[in-house]
Amino acid sequence: MPFWRRESATPFLLLTPAMLTMAFVVIVPLIFSMYTSFTGYRLVKPDSLYDWVGFRNYARILSDWDFWVPFGRTVLFLTIVLNLEFLLGLGIALLINRITWGQRTLRTIMMFPMMFSPILVGFQFKFLFNDNIGIVNNALQSLGLSDGAIAWLVDAKLAFFSIAIAEIWMSTSVFAILLLAGLFAMPRDPLEAAKVDGCNPWQTFRHITLPFLMPFAYIAMAIRSLDVARAYDIVTVMTDGGPAGRTELLWTLIARVGYDNSRMGMANAMAYVSTILSILFTWYFYRKLVAARRYMGGAQ
Amino acid sequence: MSLAVESQTSKQLKRAGLTALTFLLMVVMCVPGLWVVLSAFRPNGEILAKPPVWVPEAPTFDNFRKIFGLGTDQVAIPVGSYFMNSLIIALTSTVIALAIGMAGGYAFARYRFRGKGGIFLGLMLFRAVPGIALSLPVFILWSKMSIIDTKLGLIIVYVSLNVPFTIWLIDGFFRQIPLSLSEAAQVDGCTRWQAFWKIEFPLARSGIAAAGVFAFLTSWNEFALASQLTRSTTSKTLPVGLLDFTAQFTIDWAGMCAMAVIIIIPALILTFLVQKHLIAGLTFGGVKG
Repeated sequence: MPFWRRESATPFLLLTPAMLTMAFVVIVPLIFSMYTSFTGYRLVKPDSLYDWVGFRNYARILSDWDFWVPFGRTVLFLTIVLNLEFLLGLGIALLINRITWGQRTLRTIMMFPMMFSPILVGFQFKFLFNDNIGIVNNALQSLGLSDGAIAWLVDAKLAFFSIAIAEIWMSTSVFAILLLAGLFAMPRDPLEAAKVDGCNPWQTFRHITLPFLMPFAYIAMAIRSLDVARAYDIVTVMTDGGPAGRTELLWTLIARVGYDNSRMGMANAMAYVSTILSILFTWYFYRKLVAARRYMGGAQ
Repeated sequence: MSLAVESQTSKQLKRAGLTALTFLLMVVMCVPGLWVVLSAFRPNGEILAKPPVWVPEAPTFDNFRKIFGLGTDQVAIPVGSYFMNSLIIALTSTVIALAIGMAGGYAFARYRFRGKGGIFLGLMLFRAVPGIALSLPVFILWSKMSIIDTKLGLIIVYVSLNVPFTIWLIDGFFRQIPLSLSEAAQVDGCTRWQAFWKIEFPLARSGIAAAGVFAFLTSWNEFALASQLTRSTTSKTLPVGLLDFTAQFTIDWAGMCAMAVIIIIPALILTFLVQKHLIAGLTFGGVKG
């Protein structure tokens, strides 16, 4: 009997279309970009595709502050926003769980920011934080809290803050919704047993609720890790990396070097660094998810 | 007695506090979006007014008429064709991604095979490649195949973008269906193929629809890849078209808000329809592996 008629071949046959598309759109391009990152390829000079330069691109970016500063900023940005999103999401989920009316309506409202196009979120907050006509400045001035127009997107620190707000607004609901689903699914018995045994609310939360919620938190983290790079859209619209590169993230830097300066080889080397960063991040949370799932399976 | 009264008032206070906090939260969640929607129905003069006009004085549909080229003063932005491009690209890629995702999801939910965990993880890791990083090699390869600035080029990319997550969701939905149902059908003489279409598919249908909506929205909202792989009205999508409203130093805020509303509305309606299934799919498939 040929391989493909056997029962054991069925799952592989079912997965073939998925594998083929991934190979065509992701794996082949990634191999190609790996190759390009070792050349001095420039878009305007097609011949330079065969201009092998070895590790020169990598050596350059790894010794260049213009790369490391956006790199560090990206890591800092992700650390800040992801932690805040988790804490805010947890707070919101616990709050809504306590509310007895309109839970479903609240949950529906919460889902909306998730479904906004990131580019739209960027534009929306650019509109709100506009120094001249933005609602934020208008409100501050009308309330008499500030005299002049605050240049939210021009001052480097404020711009970073504004971008973080936009990102948090967009993605906190991922955490809130999944953690809320976790709270809904939580069995009542352990909570009541803890009460009977005299645990205070903090102890109950720390030792029963939180461990139960962690798999849900890791699902949220795993989902978020798949598209953290969506922050590129927000930054592009809100500041485009400015003022003077002060809000440049790894992804806007890649676009600038690759498309604006047409230095594809160099941009691909940077893209590889960012890809590895993303993959490590996803892998880490996937592992956490699997471990948490196993732990839960044992506990139940 | 006084203790009981006290605890009751403190309880009421607590409840009022919770309600106020929730209300505040909803305001923070809603205001940014609502303000854009509101601005879409105001003339540009009112948006730019100093001192600010808080309550719209002259609600108008002019901004929408303008961007669709119906008014007297037309905007040279072909929103109509962007909309059609977005719709065609998002729908086609969703249908293909669902077909591929159903096959893959079924394989993960119903079969044991070597390297299962590894393949699943691999799919997820490839999904994690940042759009802009992927766009560099795809841009070069697509231009060598001359499918830059075609709908086909973008559809291919979006299918692969959606396949991993669709598999994740659909895998979760198939797992919720007891294996015994399809086994019983097979005992009664159905082939596995018939059992799938007659038993498992109808039961998972709403979940699959939710996965479809998610895939649709991913394509509908995507920007990083679309902005590099499209050039003209033949393939530009709505998110890319949004940038047409920005000139070097000025932004047509009213037009942009109107366009924002056009992008948001389909997304909101779809989200509203499937939100319950989406949450169920994400958590069930994830936790009870």
